[in-house]
Amino acid sequence: MGAEFVQLSLTPILIGILAAIACAIPGNFLLLRKQALIGDAISHVVLPGIVAAFLVTGTISTWPMMLGAAGAAVVAVVMIEAIRRLGRIETGAAMGVTFTTLFAAGVLLLEQTDTSSVHLDVEHALYGNLESLIWLSATGWTSLWDPAALADLPPELTRMAVTTLVIALLTVVFWRALKISTFDEGYANSIGIPVKTIGFALVIVSAVAAVAAFDAVGSIIVIAMFICPPATARLMTNRLEHQILWSIFFGAGSAVAGYVLAGYGPLWLGSSNAVSAAGMIATVSGLVLGVACLYAPARSRVTAAGH
Amino acid sequence: MLSTFLDALTLQAGYNAALVAVGATLLGVAGGCAGCFLFLRKRTLVSDAVAHATLPGVCIAFILMVFLGGDGRNLVGLLIGSAATAGLGLLTVDWITRKTRLSEDAAIGAVLSVFFGLGVVLLTVIQTLSHGKQAGLEGFLLGSTAGMLFQDAVIIAVGGAVSTAIILVLRRPMTLVAFDPEYAGATGVPVRFIDIAMMSVVMMVTVVGLKLVGLILIVSSLIIPSVSARFWTDRSDRLLVIAAATGGLAGYLGTAVSATAPNLPTGPIIVLVNFAFFSISMLLSPKRGVLAAFLRHRKFQVDVHLHQGLTSLARGEAIREPLTRKMMRSAGYIREDLVATGKGRAAAAKTVLDEARWAKARQIIQDEAIFASYDGLTPIEAVLTRDQIRDIDAALGAPAPLVSPAGG
Repeated sequence: MGAEFVQLSLTPILIGILAAIACAIPGNFLLLRKQALIGDAISHVVLPGIVAAFLVTGTISTWPMMLGAAGAAVVAVVMIEAIRRLGRIETGAAMGVTFTTLFAAGVLLLEQTDTSSVHLDVEHALYGNLESLIWLSATGWTSLWDPAALADLPPELTRMAVTTLVIALLTVVFWRALKISTFDEGYANSIGIPVKTIGFALVIVSAVAAVAAFDAVGSIIVIAMFICPPATARLMTNRLEHQILWSIFFGAGSAVAGYVLAGYGPLWLGSSNAVSAAGMIATVSGLVLGVACLYAPARSRVTAAGH
Repeated sequence: MLSTFLDALTLQAGYNAALVAVGATLLGVAGGCAGCFLFLRKRTLVSDAVAHATLPGVCIAFILMVFLGGDGRNLVGLLIGSAATAGLGLLTVDWITRKTRLSEDAAIGAVLSVFFGLGVVLLTVIQTLSHGKQAGLEGFLLGSTAGMLFQDAVIIAVGGAVSTAIILVLRRPMTLVAFDPEYAGATGVPVRFIDIAMMSVVMMVTVVGLKLVGLILIVSSLIIPSVSARFWTDRSDRLLVIAAATGGLAGYLGTAVSATAPNLPTGPIIVLVNFAFFSISMLLSPKRGVLAAFLRHRKFQVDVHLHQGLTSLARGEAIREPLTRKMMRSAGYIREDLVATGKGRAAAAKTVLDEARWAKARQIIQDEAIFASYDGLTPIEAVLTRDQIRDIDAALGAPAPLVSPAGG
């Protein structure tokens, strides 16, 4: 099964793992700042972004779509802030107004556009196409050392790897500022950390993670990975460092387990067709969270308070 | 196009279309009302979890009905299934928030993505079950009124009517619970029951709206009308009426607009009409609107500049600030060559007198509340009574002679 595995499953699994990690790392901070649903809002507004990019360029090419999606994410964040500040509306409601409107606009734009010749539809935006990111020219594990075969790797893999690396590096570089401003905004302010900038940068980084991951795996995984692994990790430990590591572990684990279950699970049950890997990864991450809610060491509020 | 729009508006575009329009209107009314309570309890996004949690239910119901030899697309069955998992999702959010230290927004996000993910898995299972035959469940994601059966339209209309009726009956206790659950409990309102009723209406709106608006966008019917209404009133009873009205109108107009062309899906159009109402409200509301806030700010700015200008006039100082000069001129206080007019001298004298009165008032009147809101611009007559001012004037003695005004 070696050759077949490398050809068909290795790259989707790797992309799934990288997407999970890229979303889970900023997800930890969003969770602690009670902004967990920003990820949800961002992944909804990616749709109008890519549709707009498609309308402008007329093609489905990666960079314009990434730019469009990132632009839409920024528009969404600004719109949420504007409604919150100018209208004095609480954050949840402001997010609800923003993402439903932008998503509706995206669907409407899509319906008005002739996209029959290209692969662009709402279902794709939601579930992605993880299964199709195969590495055709691979002939076995030895292809990992074959430059010709490596050149044919799905571009999503490289992109996702770069994004994940950048996010990890940023987290390490800005660790102190991120940590302090997340836990004690007032103190962070008083020692000269630009709290507002850090907060905005966190949202932008989350948007970049969402957009990069979305292209490969669809928005369900993005939302699930922003929230479930960090939430599970939060129930495991009281230390932020450990929480991040746990969340990476849970995210990557859910990606692998979900992919394998989606691809091979139905075979074990006697069916010949695989089910959606994106959906299964989200489901597995939820099951893991469920188990953590029941048994994790730091699950209850009493330990959280630390008294 | 206009004639189709008018036909749809006057319910002449066919029996099904008319029923859908009535259903969408009732749904909008019910969503607007139910959303108000969610909004007041600051739990708006719970509805998003409920909406996404309907997907696995729809799929399970479909699979069950197919296995039992049925059609699989029976709307009643699908809606019952969706309500079941929506309820489960709601309970899960509640359970996570109560049992663990995770906050409600994390619980909402987890339930939303995981239930939806499970739904997507089940959708792919259904695709293999139905062997390429379109199950048509994708219509539940974004709603589709195309090919809607008469029976489906009736269900939407009835569902909208029932949820509106429940809200009408329970609106008093629901308002109480939304504002102050503890007080409500103390006065004998069954808080738990009312909460359940409130969430049931939310679920009902969601489930009925699935076919029409789709599960991703149905939350907008719950969220946007109440947010729009909030700009127009501070009273909860009016909030309900306005939210119901804008929600209903958006449903009605939205279905009419979408009937005018084949590629205008109903759900997104209703959302965008709702958003249009929201934008108008946020811009133009007299109290909380952006335009009103801008005008208030502008007026304050003018007041400050005029106050500065008049003080300078009274002291015989030159007005150097160009903006102040401009405002003083347009108020008719100074002439083009910066010499004070009669009106300007009178206003300057009044400004000085008011300032002296305020200073004296601080010594005589022992009411902190009066001075807490003093911004240095409010005319004293607007705050104190005539008797109080007479006392102050008496304490002040004769008015100080005004320095003769000088221009330049």
